[in-house]
Amino acid sequence: MSMFAEATVSRPLKEVLAIVRHFPFRVAACLIIIGLFALAALAPKVLQTHDPLAIDLRSSLQSPSFDHWFGTDQLGRDLYSRVVEGAGQSLAIGLGATALSMSIAIVFGVAAALSGGVCDSVLSRIVDVLFAIPTLLLALVVVSVFGPSVLTEVIAVGIGTAPGYARMIRGQMLAVKETGYVEAAKVLGHPFSRIVRRHILPNAMNPLTAMMTIGVGQAIIWASGLAFLGLGVAPPAAEWGALLNAGRNYVIYAWWLEIIPGLAVTAFALSLTIIGRHLQDRLEGKK
Amino acid sequence: MTLILTTNDAMKIAAHHSIVWFARRILSGLVVVWAAATFAFVIQCVLPGDRAQIIINVTSGNVGLASSAELAAINAKYGFDQPLAIQYGKYISGILHGDLGESYQQHRPVAGIIAEQIGPTIGLAVTALLFAWIIAILTTLFIAGRDNIWAKLLNDTQVFFATAPPYWLATILLVVFAVKLRIFPVIGGSSPVGLILPTVALALELSGFFGQVVQNEFTRVLEQPFVTSARARGMSEFGVRLRHVLRHAALPGITLSGWALGKLLSGAILIEVVFARQGLGGVLVAATSSRDVPIVSGAVLISAGLFVLVSLIVDLTYRVVDPRINLT
Repeated sequence: MSMFAEATVSRPLKEVLAIVRHFPFRVAACLIIIGLFALAALAPKVLQTHDPLAIDLRSSLQSPSFDHWFGTDQLGRDLYSRVVEGAGQSLAIGLGATALSMSIAIVFGVAAALSGGVCDSVLSRIVDVLFAIPTLLLALVVVSVFGPSVLTEVIAVGIGTAPGYARMIRGQMLAVKETGYVEAAKVLGHPFSRIVRRHILPNAMNPLTAMMTIGVGQAIIWASGLAFLGLGVAPPAAEWGALLNAGRNYVIYAWWLEIIPGLAVTAFALSLTIIGRHLQDRLEGKK
Repeated sequence: MTLILTTNDAMKIAAHHSIVWFARRILSGLVVVWAAATFAFVIQCVLPGDRAQIIINVTSGNVGLASSAELAAINAKYGFDQPLAIQYGKYISGILHGDLGESYQQHRPVAGIIAEQIGPTIGLAVTALLFAWIIAILTTLFIAGRDNIWAKLLNDTQVFFATAPPYWLATILLVVFAVKLRIFPVIGGSSPVGLILPTVALALELSGFFGQVVQNEFTRVLEQPFVTSARARGMSEFGVRLRHVLRHAALPGITLSGWALGKLLSGAILIEVVFARQGLGGVLVAATSSRDVPIVSGAVLISAGLFVLVSLIVDLTYRVVDPRINLT
């Protein structure tokens, strides 16, 4: 039993490690960017040049300069230090939302693909209906029911993005179910539960590494979008979405308050997308 | 001619008939709409706290506890005191009569509020869809499948547009073209000039997605024998691309346009807020923050209905464009 579990876990991990050993320049650059964001999230003090909460009304709404790299906000707080400060919360929201949506999607997708028959059609229909509702609207539903808060934001993005993943996972499971090695295992008389554990799940879950990498970036984009609309983390926090929402009223006089936090979101999501696509290509055996 | 058919065989043959296919599609579409309506009902019921209390608070703007007499009046007015099964029955029959319930805050029918606001949003979405296709097709036609710096640059740009948050792209356009260069008005209202920036903002993201898919298909088709044959006949490179390759590469675009509906609606909500445009976006955001759930669930139902309608149109178009397709 434990031997099977080990084989299930270690194989994709080994593959991932083998891939990481040699990668092109742009992937390396993206990994460095992700590393910087991770550093900002774990130890913001190392990167900050100012106190992110220090109010200095004399230097309010200054454009980016040598002293204030990203400019200052309406209360004179240093935007660069605030963006660094917000990285932790933003990344946590992105990771949390992805973990939630993947868990929902795996439960639905795997259950639907394995059960087949009526159970599959019912589960697939439920996913279809949720898929028919735009991601942001589904997220708005969650926020309108539970009221805006950090936890709601995570749940909203998690539920909003889950239907798409559930469909992908179900499709992946069904594709693996049809393969020759699963047929062979059946012919050899292996019990179904063992075939699922040893053959179907590990192979169907392989592409998830790449999907989740891209998914974290997407989750941060959706979460910051919610906060941008004023439906996420409340403005005193330095979370990127909250910065975007706070900067919205000043966009005509102070473009940096809106563009720079957005750039942080974009740089993070884009780096993860490029890394994820690279992983995808490698797992599919291209190049 | 007499044939002995079992009912099963007859059904199999009938299933290939367009009318039967069409009826089945409509039926499954109705099931999706019904399920969405049930979902919309459920989210109104799971609202934590007492709904009557929320309605009173939302209306008065105060946070506090209302007297039991006030609560009872609201409960009786909205029918919250009745069993859930009866409330559900009323909700569904209301939908069949075009009644999506009443807004907690505005005290007006939800159907009316959405009907007022959906026009500008649909207009924005449709123009953005067309514009995204124009960008994707033109760039693919000229650049894709070639092995030069432009093709690589195009690929990177598409990934960038597909990934970058739509509200961020919209804000950049707003700052550059409206605030700095003053080419467009900052708040365009509903004038045609004011529609340009929001359309471009919404279209850029989609054009990235479309471009990636069409480009993949395009390079695949470029290797097909009929392309070599067209070249051998002496057709120019551009002619081959335009007449033979693009036609085949555009096929997945039909499906993609249907899939884009969700992206368009999500993006439109954000972009309408950036440009302070009239439309569903502003209404939905206001409704969400004041927990006016009937409006949000009404929008859920409408968007599910739109999705079903668009999927049906996509399938029909596919059937016309590519009759080989197996529709079951």
